[in-house]
Amino acid sequence: MFGKVIGKRLLFSAFILIAVSLLVFGATLLLPGDAARAILGQQATPERIAALNEQLGLDQPAWQRYFTWLGGLFVGDFGTSSATGGSVGALLGDRIGASFILMGLAAIISVPLGIGLGVFQALHRGKRRDQAMTGVSLVLAAMPEFVIGIGLIAIFATSVFQILPAVTLAPPGEPVWNRPEQLILPTLTLVLVVTPYIVRMMRATMIEVLDSGFVEMARLKGVPEKRVIMRHAVPHALGPVAQVVAIQLAWLAGGVVVVEFLFRYPGLGQALIDAVTYRDVQVVQAISMLVAAVYVVVNLAADVVGILTNPKLRSAA
Amino acid sequence: MSTDANSLDDLKSAATDAAEVPKESATTYVPFYKRVLAQKQGKIGLIITVVVVALALCGPLLLPWATGNTATEFVTKPFSPYGLFGSDNLGRDVFSRFLAGGVTLIVYGVLATALGMVVGAIIGMLAAYVGGTFDAVIMRLNDVILAIPQLVFALLAITVLGPQGWVLVTVIGLTHAPRIARVARSATLGVITEDYIKAAEMYAMPRWKVLIRELLPNITGPLSVEAGLRLTYSIGYIASLSFLGLGLQPPAADWGLMINENRIALSIQPWGVLLPVIAIALLTIGTNLLADSFARATASTSVEA
Repeated sequence: MFGKVIGKRLLFSAFILIAVSLLVFGATLLLPGDAARAILGQQATPERIAALNEQLGLDQPAWQRYFTWLGGLFVGDFGTSSATGGSVGALLGDRIGASFILMGLAAIISVPLGIGLGVFQALHRGKRRDQAMTGVSLVLAAMPEFVIGIGLIAIFATSVFQILPAVTLAPPGEPVWNRPEQLILPTLTLVLVVTPYIVRMMRATMIEVLDSGFVEMARLKGVPEKRVIMRHAVPHALGPVAQVVAIQLAWLAGGVVVVEFLFRYPGLGQALIDAVTYRDVQVVQAISMLVAAVYVVVNLAADVVGILTNPKLRSAA
Repeated sequence: MSTDANSLDDLKSAATDAAEVPKESATTYVPFYKRVLAQKQGKIGLIITVVVVALALCGPLLLPWATGNTATEFVTKPFSPYGLFGSDNLGRDVFSRFLAGGVTLIVYGVLATALGMVVGAIIGMLAAYVGGTFDAVIMRLNDVILAIPQLVFALLAITVLGPQGWVLVTVIGLTHAPRIARVARSATLGVITEDYIKAAEMYAMPRWKVLIRELLPNITGPLSVEAGLRLTYSIGYIASLSFLGLGLQPPAADWGLMINENRIALSIQPWGVLLPVIAIALLTIGTNLLADSFARATASTSVEA
């Protein structure tokens, strides 16, 4: 029965990815003019344009190209970049690791930090420090990520202290962890953007849980306060927070774009911006699909966590 | 007369006994704007927002120098004899460009939010009111759009259609719509069972009239919170896109673009970056504080809560 719920979610995730692929592919049909002329220039002879169209597969109807493209995604063939002429798969392969390191670091730091701060605020609700932290998280949640990033650069790299590098020094291809100091500012930026949302949600859920009957019951039984919080209250509050954490992690896949551009970090985001600037459609399509896939997987994981931490759902399922 | 009054009193007391009259009905009504301004963050948010918006809207009228005016002998100096905050790498007056650079951001942000609110509210209310298959299909389509982060969606659109103003506004507005539709839908579901809706339906009021006259006025609370939040995000996304070089194109004066152009010289000419960064930060903080105070003001009188 538990498997049935998970199976349903899996099916739904597959549906979402198929629909997203239709959307991402359909967008390219809006491209004005023909790609071959754009590549070859105005002086190209009709024969050369026809030849290139055939080479790119543009002489086939759109639905046929869609299935060729979709089939390619399944076997890891993302097509050929129209700007560089190289394989899109190879380009992404060089950069995907760097992006996942950045996102992973940000997630590993911000999730426990957000949960911890949220619990702390809930336990001190209404006091000065709670109000101060609520104010800080409102301010941080409002600002776009590049504003926070530039603030950090001005403080730690250029204007106030000169202790950290303002941009990534490693060229694409060199592992980014060879120079750990260049990871600090991009990671810190992402952490500052993501954490406030987790804190706010954790605080609200935790307050609700602390007011509930079973926590009072545990206290009346004489369970030590530490145990009440760690064993009774916190696990109960994690379920709803998992959803917010998932939304934030999925957001990271998009937010990392601006942060990578700001720090010239050799990841997928930087590649995406370059591709948009040169209107390199194949690369943009591939990265959009990857980002959507990350979103779907993360949400699936959050659903599973939600089911596992909620006994009602677990048994009703 | 007296019998009427008695029976009315009886009815009232019966209703109170059955706890059908919500307690809030006893308190006096406080207008929404007063509830917002009664809070600290409402006041601060409003003041910050008004100051930045006034600066951005009036700025273009007060320029000390033309934004394209170059004085090559004062290139990238934090202070020059001709301007308060010096000149940028092309010798253009930073303060003039700062004053001129906020209008587009604010106009685009407001337009994108308005587009998203209109489309999202209509879709959400219809989905809740019509229900059934229509509701299910619309909500599944929403999930598809939600699977792509808004910024990535915008980048996809810009790749295909080019970095133009209407593309930014349309794509940000339309990707807000599913998120707003969710809120509008759940708020509508909350009021749809009320008696006044049934009464309107019994009068055979047309559907669109029920939606606009009966439903819409009763979900303005959650919608106003959503509008404040979406405005904050719109400004953030549009500023981010123009920072990425995909919004207004040079030589336009624009806060996001200014940050992009001047960030290489951050250590020798910080004003070209710091002025627009501070302005964008203040603007988003102001609108976010306002959205937060809207949420609190709505919660304090929402009857069903």
